[in-house]
Amino acid sequence: MVSGLINENPIVYEIKERRDVRAYSSNTDELSVDAIDQLEVFDILFVCLDIKDPEHPYSLEQLKVLTEDSVEVDDSKSRVRVTFTPTVEHCSMATIIGLCVRVKLMRSLPSRYKIDIRVAPGTHATEAAVNKQLNDKERVAAALENPNLVEMVDECLSPSFE
Amino acid sequence: MAALNNLTEHLEAFVDVTRSPTHHAESLKAIATSLEKSVLSINQLVVEMDMYLTTTDDVVRARGILLLAEMLDYLKSKPLDNAVVNSLVGFFTAKLAEWRSVRGALSGCLALIKRKGVAGLVTATDAEAVAKSMAQSVQVQSLALYDRKLCFELLECLLEQYPEAMINLGDLMVYATCEAIDGEKDPPCLMVAFHVVELLARLFPSPSGPVASEASDLFEFISCYFPLHYTHTKGDEASIPREDLSRGLSLAISSTPFFEPYAIPLLLEKLSSSLPVAKVDSLKCLKDCAVNYGVNRMKKHYEGIWSAIKDALYASTGTDLSFGLESLTSPGFEMNEIHREAVNLLQRLVKQDISFLGLVADDIRVKMIFDTISRYSRYEEMLDTSKLEVLVVSQILSVSARASVESCNTIFETFFVRLMNTLGIVESTSTGDLVHNENSTVSTRLYHGGLHLCIELLTASKDLIPSSEEDSSTPGCAQQSWCSIVNKFSASLIEAFTSAVQSSNDDCTADAYLGVKGLLAMGMFRGGSSPVSRSEYEKILTTLTSIIAANSAKTVKWELALKALVCMGSFIDQYHESEKAMSYMGIVVENLVSLVRSSHCSLPHPMILEATSEVCSTSPTYVEKMVQGFEEAFCSSFSDFCVNGNFKSIENCSQLLECVTNKLLPRVTEIDGLEKSLVSFAISMWNQIESSVVFSYAFNGREFVEAAMKTMRQIVGVASVNSQNSIIQKAYNVISLSTLPAMESIPLTFAALEGLQHDLSTRDELILSLFASVIIGASPMASIPDVKSLIKLFMVSSLKGYIPAAQALGSMVNKLGVGSGGTNTSSDCSLEEACDIIFHESFESGNTNSSDVTSKTICGSETLLAKICLGFYGSLDLQTRAITGLAWIGKGLLMRGDKRVNEIALVLVECLKSTNSSGNALHPTAMKHAADAFLTLMSDSEACLNRKLHAVIRPLYKQRFFSITVPILESLIVNSQTPLSRTMLHVALAHVISNVPVTVILDNTKKLLPVILEGLSVLSVDSVHKEILFSLLLVLSGTLTDIKGRQSVSDNAHRIIECLVKLASYSHLMVVRETAIQCLATLLELPHRRIYPFRREVLQAVTKALDDPKRRVREEAIKCRQAWTSISSRSTPF
Repeated sequence: MVSGLINENPIVYEIKERRDVRAYSSNTDELSVDAIDQLEVFDILFVCLDIKDPEHPYSLEQLKVLTEDSVEVDDSKSRVRVTFTPTVEHCSMATIIGLCVRVKLMRSLPSRYKIDIRVAPGTHATEAAVNKQLNDKERVAAALENPNLVEMVDECLSPSFE
Repeated sequence: MAALNNLTEHLEAFVDVTRSPTHHAESLKAIATSLEKSVLSINQLVVEMDMYLTTTDDVVRARGILLLAEMLDYLKSKPLDNAVVNSLVGFFTAKLAEWRSVRGALSGCLALIKRKGVAGLVTATDAEAVAKSMAQSVQVQSLALYDRKLCFELLECLLEQYPEAMINLGDLMVYATCEAIDGEKDPPCLMVAFHVVELLARLFPSPSGPVASEASDLFEFISCYFPLHYTHTKGDEASIPREDLSRGLSLAISSTPFFEPYAIPLLLEKLSSSLPVAKVDSLKCLKDCAVNYGVNRMKKHYEGIWSAIKDALYASTGTDLSFGLESLTSPGFEMNEIHREAVNLLQRLVKQDISFLGLVADDIRVKMIFDTISRYSRYEEMLDTSKLEVLVVSQILSVSARASVESCNTIFETFFVRLMNTLGIVESTSTGDLVHNENSTVSTRLYHGGLHLCIELLTASKDLIPSSEEDSSTPGCAQQSWCSIVNKFSASLIEAFTSAVQSSNDDCTADAYLGVKGLLAMGMFRGGSSPVSRSEYEKILTTLTSIIAANSAKTVKWELALKALVCMGSFIDQYHESEKAMSYMGIVVENLVSLVRSSHCSLPHPMILEATSEVCSTSPTYVEKMVQGFEEAFCSSFSDFCVNGNFKSIENCSQLLECVTNKLLPRVTEIDGLEKSLVSFAISMWNQIESSVVFSYAFNGREFVEAAMKTMRQIVGVASVNSQNSIIQKAYNVISLSTLPAMESIPLTFAALEGLQHDLSTRDELILSLFASVIIGASPMASIPDVKSLIKLFMVSSLKGYIPAAQALGSMVNKLGVGSGGTNTSSDCSLEEACDIIFHESFESGNTNSSDVTSKTICGSETLLAKICLGFYGSLDLQTRAITGLAWIGKGLLMRGDKRVNEIALVLVECLKSTNSSGNALHPTAMKHAADAFLTLMSDSEACLNRKLHAVIRPLYKQRFFSITVPILESLIVNSQTPLSRTMLHVALAHVISNVPVTVILDNTKKLLPVILEGLSVLSVDSVHKEILFSLLLVLSGTLTDIKGRQSVSDNAHRIIECLVKLASYSHLMVVRETAIQCLATLLELPHRRIYPFRREVLQAVTKALDDPKRRVREEAIKCRQAWTSISSRSTPF
């Protein structure tokens, strides 16, 4: 159908040095509570970062599709919102990336959390449709009934040991 | 004949291509052995093989020839007849033309050419024929990989072994090589091919030779590989690493000067590429070329190379100059590989040809540096571009200066004076003469960039001083002009650096850093002819020492100065600079040691100690001085405390002792004579205690006693037996003069022990603890006077609750009677007697109703000590102390493998039962102590009875105790009546299980697993047991991962999962939850049918753990959940 690449020349960013949270969270105080924070959720999404752009061998982090700052967490209100930025306006991967992120968070965060996945405003041609699709419980559940989709998501989420 | 019959069989087997390779190898081996043993001669073999070598069947003939070639490879070191070799070479040479049998022919030629130093060599004429035939009839690039490699090896071998013959061939060899290499792509072949080029170049050095005339073609064939890049990196393990191949290529390119017109432009072009690998390779190769092509040929490329080096340096240098502690002895900024190689190349070029330096000196950017420097005074204020300029230019200049003495002279003459001028150290007058500016106010003109450049140059020049002054062939460095320049400015330089340090404040570390680094550079010139005079050197030391003494907090400046002093100290020690050592001793060491001694100093005591110990560790002479100083400081502080009640002094004492334990004792093996000074330190500790008869003030806290005990124990531990004896004697004298001997006379009866209400005085307690430490540290060879009364003393004091006394008892029973090979004359008491005193003597003067037991030689539950333990007599306090004491004594006996420990174990087990044999209920506290006694028995103790403290340790003692106690504890657990006793038994069992090596557990998994699981559930009830619960869980996790325990783990899977699920929400210890979840993830390795039924439970538990308050638990839970979800959603089990 489409000849040539959708995005011929993506901008590649340098990956930001990750600060090590564990270094100072390993205190001996048994009673203190480490609240779930932005970085932890970002770490959870780490496997999603390995999802390769189908056109280029760059990870989502290098392409700044997902960054640390795109995660907002409110532990007390049990809310998390992930905003991702497709590289081009008509990126066909947007929904599958969103679905992977949602499934990963559903599996990794306590059930009390409300998960909200969004495409960054103004970065996608069918922004509203994608947002609606990703945040509609029924639709997500239906998508996960589809064995092909589940397999694809699982493949994206299974840790790669390269 | 049998050999010949077999031969036909083997020949058939090898020739038949349908057989397996192992078959082939076997038959080869068989024939080779018979040839080696001379059962079969090579002539016979050839005759027998006649049919195979001449048949018209191509496959069989190829195999036949290969067989003969392989045989010759086997016989490389066996002498052969010259005629045979001659005819064989002729045969193989002829066969080279036949492409079907080319492999055999190649390996045959190679095997024969490789023959070296044995009878039967290939003649030069034959070798020539081989080379000719090969050049004419073998199409290398049309062959398979292995054959190609053989070709290259054959070429290599011919060139190496028959150079004269190959020279005769001339052009032909060069053509053949060119043709062979053209289009080669496999690293193993290329590796050999590059070497062939190198050999050719060596063989034809003349400018009219074939290599010179074919240089452009030959270079074209090899240069196309530059820079090397592997397209397929994976799956080729046997392949050659890129570095090796690239090194080979570099050697080939630099092999002959005839390549120069082609190579240098190519390398310079590749250097401008953006690929880092290409840059690094080009720089390396340029360096090789510079070495091999010679100065004259390189000269015309100097400008191009210089600008390339400059670009590489500018591109690879960062602008971050570190002012940290660690960079004091290093360049201070990060260097990548490009940078390193560029620096190497520059240094090589300057070293080779001083005229290259002209380019450097005339470079506009280098000349501009002085403007840049004087524009900014602080480094932070500089623009990034200026920072870069300063760093790169200082790097260029220092590298060039480091290259050779001449270059250093030139650099110093050209730049140093100007630099001094910029820094304001000299002023140029109107007449152009330079005048030394004596009264310059240097502090106002501190330019960080200039200081940095200056330091770099000084550091570079100091490396040029020859290592040995006696080397008379080179003129001493004092005659060199750089040296006289430095000498001229040294005083002002030192002043400048000093003022930089002194003017620095806390928020600007750059000043302090540059100042200290400059002083360090000035202080590191080697030898008597150094440009820095002695008085100036001493000035440097004084400045640095005063920085250390003056500061009252641990600032960066302080740390920098300390590190600089340590560097200088080790420098002196390394090069045996006796004169400097004297100055160092007089200024630095003496000053610091006197600081330790004086109690009135602005510097906090720990900092003085740190500085002194760091500085003095650089040389043994200083250490001796320091220990003396410490001794005096200890004595004065201690008496100050005793007389004036100055608590500050006693605090100083404990810090001092800690410093001795942590800094000095670990280095006792490295420094000669340290042991002796430490022993004298220990003895003066005793002297001091002896002389302070009255303690006017009580200690507040045990800190000092603990520190003193630790130091004493370790000093005795490292001391030789003779020194140990003298310390023991001294300590014994002190103790016998104290009020302690009164305690020995207390009869070991219940009534008397119960009466011991009053506590020991502070002094007695100190003496007792220290004496116990001495005994704990003593080796079995050391002689202890009056053992019997000492045992009594320790018995009494341990029953009064002094744990060191109990440990000393344990140590004594552990070491008694094993010294000097069993014939111990020094000790007046055997182990039997000692045990009698401990367990029995009490009875003789004690209760009359049990006097009948004294005849028994065991120490079972009928002795007084046992009875106290069991609570027959006395208060609860006495009981718990007796149990603790018994545990230490038991440990001593257990480690030496004495049987009496069994009885002790029985007594302890008895204490764990809810009611003892006579029906009295045991107090819970006593039971708890008894359970903990098992920890004392099994665990390795830091404080006593370890290898460092000369304990007698029988191998496998833990295993032995394990096999004795575990069955007893298990049966008691089954029959236990009360929950408390059950818990305590589990605690004891857990102590035993978790301290035994894991292999023992793995051998008994089947039996132990149910008990461990029960223990885990019992111990998880009360948070008091969290630590032991964790150790037990670790044991369980050890069994889960091992193959040995797999079967029983699989059998108990349901119970294990149940238990782990419960522990996943254990609220008292985070690591327990974390480990439990990790264990759950490990269980997935079990057969699918065993674990599948539990997925729901596990997933529920892990999902709950996702909301754990601790992050580490959550992380594990995420991983575990992912793993378990994947087994439950999978449609097929595998």
